[in-house]
Amino acid sequence: MGKWTRRRNVRLGFAALLAGTLLAGCSTLPQTPLDPKGPVAQTQTGLLLYTLYIAMAIGISVTAALLYVVVRFRDRPGQAGVPRQIRGNHVLEIIWTVIPILILVSVAFPTVEAAFATATPPDGALTVRATGYRWWFAFEYPELGIVTANELRIPAGRPVRLELTSNDVIHSFWVPKLAGKTDMIPGRVNIAWIQADEPDTYLGQCAEFCGDSHANMRFTVKALPPDEFDQWVRDRQALAQGPSELSAMAARGRDLFESTTGNCWACHTIDGTKAQGVVGPNLTDVGQRSTIAAGILENTYENMKAWIKNPADFKPGTTMPSHARLPEQDLDAIVEYLQSLK
Amino acid sequence: MATAAKTLGFIPRPTAQTGFWSWVATVDHKRIGILYGVTGFLFFLVGGLEAWIMRLQLARPGLDVVSAKTFNALFTMHATTMIFLGVMPLLSAFMNYLIPLLIGARDVAFPRLNAFSYWIYLFGAIFINIGWLRGTAGGDVPDIGWFAYANLTSVQFSGGLGTDIWVLGLLLLGVGTLVSGFNFIVTILNMRAPGMSLMKMPVFVWTTLVTSAIIIFAFPSVTVALIMLLFDRAFAANFFEVVKGGSVLLFQHLFWTFGHPEVYILILPAMGIISEVLPVHSRKMLFGYSVMVFSTALIGFMGFTVWSHHMFTVGMGPVVNSIFSLTTMAIAVPTGVKIFNWLSTMWGGRLRFTTAMLFAVGFIACFTIGGLSGFMHAAAPSDTQQHDTYFVVAHFHYVLIGGTLFAILSGIHHWFPKVFGRLLDERLGRWSFWLIFAGFHTFAFPFHFLGLLGMPRRIYTYAPGLGWEVWNLLSTIGVFVLAAGVLVLIANFIVTMRKPMDAPADPWDGRTLEWTLPSPPPVYNFATVPTVYLRDAFWFHKHPEGKEKALDYESPRPAPIHLPGSSLMPVLLALAPTIIFAGVLFLRMRLSYGVPVIVAGFVIALLALWGWAFEGEGGSLIEPGEGD
Repeated sequence: MGKWTRRRNVRLGFAALLAGTLLAGCSTLPQTPLDPKGPVAQTQTGLLLYTLYIAMAIGISVTAALLYVVVRFRDRPGQAGVPRQIRGNHVLEIIWTVIPILILVSVAFPTVEAAFATATPPDGALTVRATGYRWWFAFEYPELGIVTANELRIPAGRPVRLELTSNDVIHSFWVPKLAGKTDMIPGRVNIAWIQADEPDTYLGQCAEFCGDSHANMRFTVKALPPDEFDQWVRDRQALAQGPSELSAMAARGRDLFESTTGNCWACHTIDGTKAQGVVGPNLTDVGQRSTIAAGILENTYENMKAWIKNPADFKPGTTMPSHARLPEQDLDAIVEYLQSLK
Repeated sequence: MATAAKTLGFIPRPTAQTGFWSWVATVDHKRIGILYGVTGFLFFLVGGLEAWIMRLQLARPGLDVVSAKTFNALFTMHATTMIFLGVMPLLSAFMNYLIPLLIGARDVAFPRLNAFSYWIYLFGAIFINIGWLRGTAGGDVPDIGWFAYANLTSVQFSGGLGTDIWVLGLLLLGVGTLVSGFNFIVTILNMRAPGMSLMKMPVFVWTTLVTSAIIIFAFPSVTVALIMLLFDRAFAANFFEVVKGGSVLLFQHLFWTFGHPEVYILILPAMGIISEVLPVHSRKMLFGYSVMVFSTALIGFMGFTVWSHHMFTVGMGPVVNSIFSLTTMAIAVPTGVKIFNWLSTMWGGRLRFTTAMLFAVGFIACFTIGGLSGFMHAAAPSDTQQHDTYFVVAHFHYVLIGGTLFAILSGIHHWFPKVFGRLLDERLGRWSFWLIFAGFHTFAFPFHFLGLLGMPRRIYTYAPGLGWEVWNLLSTIGVFVLAAGVLVLIANFIVTMRKPMDAPADPWDGRTLEWTLPSPPPVYNFATVPTVYLRDAFWFHKHPEGKEKALDYESPRPAPIHLPGSSLMPVLLALAPTIIFAGVLFLRMRLSYGVPVIVAGFVIALLALWGWAFEGEGGSLIEPGEGD
């Protein structure tokens, strides 16, 4: 850590003070960058708060000066004659040119340092390929052979190297408590990294306007304790063999999923089954996700059924068609099947 | 008195001085200024209405006031309308009306081109809104965001007419803006009163000059981007088509090479207005004139070196991000200098808190806040947390409402008596100022908090539980207060216009040449063109310091003044590309009359050019005092 970063840590103390009073407890503010939980966000937020303090100090000084001038020099009854006409003052002009330059230089150093510090993932990072789709996120762990969607599980305390791209238009990957935005651009792979210091669930959201349902493109990052993460990886890899021990109803749901009746398999993949579509999110572990439809609905039986019935009610413009034509028991069976995938 | 020589034009130059057609055919910079002002203000109200609907939708989480598609159309058109159809034309109104008066000229250099600029603006403004007739459901209203990033704008992802309408409409608007830019540069450089050297020009003239130069260098870039986009959509040209080897980032670079200088196109003339209003109502000359001029020019140049700070998240790497961080920080220096100079202008003055002054002081307060959040955006690593959030929305609303709009309102109250011969009611003025000031802060200050709480911009809905509810509700309440202030302002216009024309020539003890003229000024502006010896010549003419001569009227008795004749060719020539672009739109809709309409447009263009070239000198000779 360089000199500037250390100073920033001192400043971070003040930051906590400010954030604490301003925000009154960040646990209820799941998407604020003012409550950084990893090194990238901490560096960025430290800089953000440094610039914020400078801005506030200058803003308050200028406003105070303005108020003073406005009160002190207002026209009072009984005043006569014209004020002395002053053309300017070179010394003053130099002073208020040089002081801002010095302030800016004091910001420039930590800015450049932070730009480089946050650019390159450290060694030993776990690689995740994140791809933006309209309007959901695909997450692939190439080293682990796992593909999932909208819910990114990472080991706490370990850096994660993100390879970001897009399947259609420009999106932006943003988990405020872990890192600022990096755009997901078609035809390009952008490298970024995140690290969650503590196990927790962190909210993310697409931050580049991408069409109708841009507002409905959210995701979560679940940082697990390293051993839990390893366990999840093993369990998840086992799921690649396909679902086992399906109830009768779930088995019927699977048949519907893979038939022309439901036609779900045309777009979705469930590892180890006939369903290998690549248009929509991979659903291999959909039953264990806490949300569906890219973070906009809690993953409950009712929500999933309502979603499958009429996705456009929740996500205008989605390419997933309505399934209102299916009989209730068919929908129930499909939901039963999907909920069993965990 | 009229000179009616026989000409080869197919329509004679109209001679009516009053009535509808006299306004359509006018080439008088003052009338064109009024046309710009009225049209710009109407579109400002349209943009405000769009904002109001969006704030209703966002007042609470999960509301269903409008659909997602309508909301996306609303924010796209709100920005497009406010920037290109509202604020720029309102600033143009000041330039048109004031520049010749401030420099002691009788009109702009190219009066007919000036009229052409206005008409193509009006037609472009209507054109770009035409999609509303078909509703938002089919994507026929632009819903791509005002920076219209490729490849969301491709036929694949935006199949409706909206993007085509937006591209063609902006091309029309760009032509008018460019023509204005050239017109003002030529006017300012060539038509100043004797003795008015560049460094004796009022600062508003300087900011207009620099703004015009920015326009000339910035607009070609966006024009190129728009034409590439048009070719991509119409002819599958693949500039931005990734799978065919195109680059979506190319559009961003071209757009922001225009888009950032555009920000200075919007703020520099506003700074010019403030630099005129503050000295008059403080009864003190502008502090540090030469520094103000130099910083304006410097901002104009540096404005072209910072565009990529809009793109800190696209993955340019730490080197490029650092460079653009530093250039962006540098631009804060000349901007800060201006604020200190304005404060020093008021220091030691005798401040009269007229409505114009209230808005000018409000400008300094709000623009400072907007400037400081702008400085925060300069630091690339932390900007990745602010980028595309409401923190940015807060920033540019502080700069554009608290900055540019407050300056426009200040200027309106300052020059209204000059333009319309009537002083706006000061009591209503104070009411409108305080309502607008309080409403604006209530509406826009919470955006800072929303941004820092992680609310992205351009979302039509949001979930509860993210800590955003209270700030969104507060912001929506603010819009109602702001709207009340605007209604009081409109009431003030109506009340004032019904009063007799009794404003004195110089109600504020002004400093510049326009206050030497009656209110409103005669059609020829200056009966005798004055000779200028000093900056703020009129002030020192009234309040001499020592024996130095400020202003001289003792030139020989003037000959009759030649005034340019009215002409219908500007409106006809502006109509031609509008018709051609309508034809392009018809082709896109696969309507059979697309081609005939395009051909008709070209025929009209040729006719208008013929008429323009050969309608003869026209105009009339006026004896000063005649027709006052």
